[in-house]
Amino acid sequence: MNTLLSVAWHSLLSRKKTVLLTFCSLVISIMVLLSVEHIRLQAKESFNRTISGVDLIVGAPSGQLNLLLYSVFRMGSPTNNIEYDSFTMLRDNDLVKWAIPISLGDSHRGFRVMGTNEAYFAHFRFGNKQSLKFANGKPFEHLFEAVIGADVAHSLKYEVGDKIVIAHGIGSTSFTNHDTSPFIVSGILAPTGTPVDKTVHVSLPGIEAIHLSPDMLQAVIDDHALAPQPDNITSVMLGLNSKFATFALQRKINNYPEDRLMAVLPGVALAELWSLMSTVENLLRVIAALVLISSLFGLATMLLASMNERRAEIAVFRVLGAGPVIILMLILLEALILVALSVMTSMALLTLALIGFEGWLAAEFGLFLSHDIFSTDIFMITGMVFVATLVVSIFPGIEAYKNALHTQLYKG
Amino acid sequence: MTAAIAINSLSYAYQTDKSILSIPQWSLGQGERVFLYGDSGSGKTTLLNLLCGILVPTNGSIALFGEALATMTNRQRDTFRAQHIGVVFQQFNLIPYLTVFKNIQLAAYFARASRAQTQQLLSRAQSLIDTLGLPKDVLHKRVNQLSVGQQQRVAIARALINQPKLLLVDEPTSALDVSARDAFMQLLMHMCEAEQTSLIFVSHDAALGEYFERKVDLTQLNEVSAHLAQSTSQQIDSCSEVTS
Repeated sequence: MNTLLSVAWHSLLSRKKTVLLTFCSLVISIMVLLSVEHIRLQAKESFNRTISGVDLIVGAPSGQLNLLLYSVFRMGSPTNNIEYDSFTMLRDNDLVKWAIPISLGDSHRGFRVMGTNEAYFAHFRFGNKQSLKFANGKPFEHLFEAVIGADVAHSLKYEVGDKIVIAHGIGSTSFTNHDTSPFIVSGILAPTGTPVDKTVHVSLPGIEAIHLSPDMLQAVIDDHALAPQPDNITSVMLGLNSKFATFALQRKINNYPEDRLMAVLPGVALAELWSLMSTVENLLRVIAALVLISSLFGLATMLLASMNERRAEIAVFRVLGAGPVIILMLILLEALILVALSVMTSMALLTLALIGFEGWLAAEFGLFLSHDIFSTDIFMITGMVFVATLVVSIFPGIEAYKNALHTQLYKG
Repeated sequence: MTAAIAINSLSYAYQTDKSILSIPQWSLGQGERVFLYGDSGSGKTTLLNLLCGILVPTNGSIALFGEALATMTNRQRDTFRAQHIGVVFQQFNLIPYLTVFKNIQLAAYFARASRAQTQQLLSRAQSLIDTLGLPKDVLHKRVNQLSVGQQQRVAIARALINQPKLLLVDEPTSALDVSARDAFMQLLMHMCEAEQTSLIFVSHDAALGEYFERKVDLTQLNEVSAHLAQSTSQQIDSCSEVTS
């Protein structure tokens, strides 16, 4: 086998130009395939890391996707609010360990503003149960203090102590802007790679104050004690004392008579959301697979085209005592060597690219891609590449086999 | 002693009813060297293909050293060829992109050389290269870096590495000039004598026949071409009768 391997290798070396071109086409297509697969896996992971350790999300009845989208991904608008009293009811429930209120609906220069309380900084988890950390400053304490996510601070160049204006509505410009509702940045969160990075966090009374008329706002600014208490909030995230109580509490919440509430399990809702994306996901994989197949056909064509000039070579092998099967194996070996080298090269290039573009991807797109591309899925894909190679190179292999079978000792 | 080659009512046809080779009886003794000549179309190449088991006879039998080729499987025939038959052609005897030594190794590999034989391979190859008058460093050069004359001598080294009992040589000198040709022939005869190898030397260059005691005209041996020649000469005769 070693001898054959060395023969196959030298045979490839003797046809450097065509082999090199085929190699390049294979490297590119395998890289496309691996990148699509890696980004897909990473997207799924970063998607699943947006929320962690939350047992139930409670909001006004709509779809579970809708509730998940606005309360976790800050996408779309809540259809309805729930009463603040419902939040206190949930918070004081014996089964509940902690409750985070969420109030959405406003923006600051394109970034969503979220009203919440100190429980958010204490209990919210993302990724692998990581808690929020402050890169700078501390949580809000006063009415007009705000904590901003890493992306907000980075793109608007805010620092702790800066004054910012928060307007009603979600556009980046608003006619009802007034310099009279000034907030001060009290803290900046460390990057999380989740929608938290793009959020401005204020207190619940703070979000109520934004909605006051200019006169009343001025009065509140003069005397913080006049700040209105919230009547409504958007949703609540709950952490329970025991996971086993999740379904019982969910049923209880859904049947709560005082307010119209709906509780969803984040994991189930995330899975449903991801299944919606699977069409796009599959489309990308199909395109990547087609690119690969076309390059494998290129490989087969290269081997097939070389067969004519190799007639004399095959005759020599036959004279030496090589059977047609050996000739077939030699062709398959050449294809496998070339593909193995391409796989290794594309893996190395992909890793280098991921390391090289890491900062840029994170800054421009908020994409956090791991450089570790080696996973079970990637190995399975690689295995399939080799199987496909064998299938495709059977064609030149059979041609060589026939050639060997009918070869004769000939002159000149 | 069994004959090196024993041919019995052999015939071969590419198409079912169009025989191109037919030899009733022919044999070659062990260690015997024969010069085989004949016009083109007399079936030289076909006979060589049959002798080394690449073609299978349509009828009749060929036995090499007492073993009938027809009773072997394809695989056995390939291995038998690797172990017992050395072949040298006009050109294209070697894999061009491998070194000389790799070519020689390959011949040993397909002959399923034992471990001990493999270990001695380098020294054996070196002594063969020496005897053939090639420079020592030629072993580790790629074949396509050698001259045609050198390639032909390397081809003999490769053909002899497994100490074959039968050497088939087909027009090996046609690419060589006269002085190189004489040197080559002397070497070849010397090597065969030393190793007691049976030799079939095919050429249409009658001048080379002087190196051999036994000469065979395949045009006469092959009944198909003999018959053809006869009928052609009869036609010529009848034509001449008409003109006279």
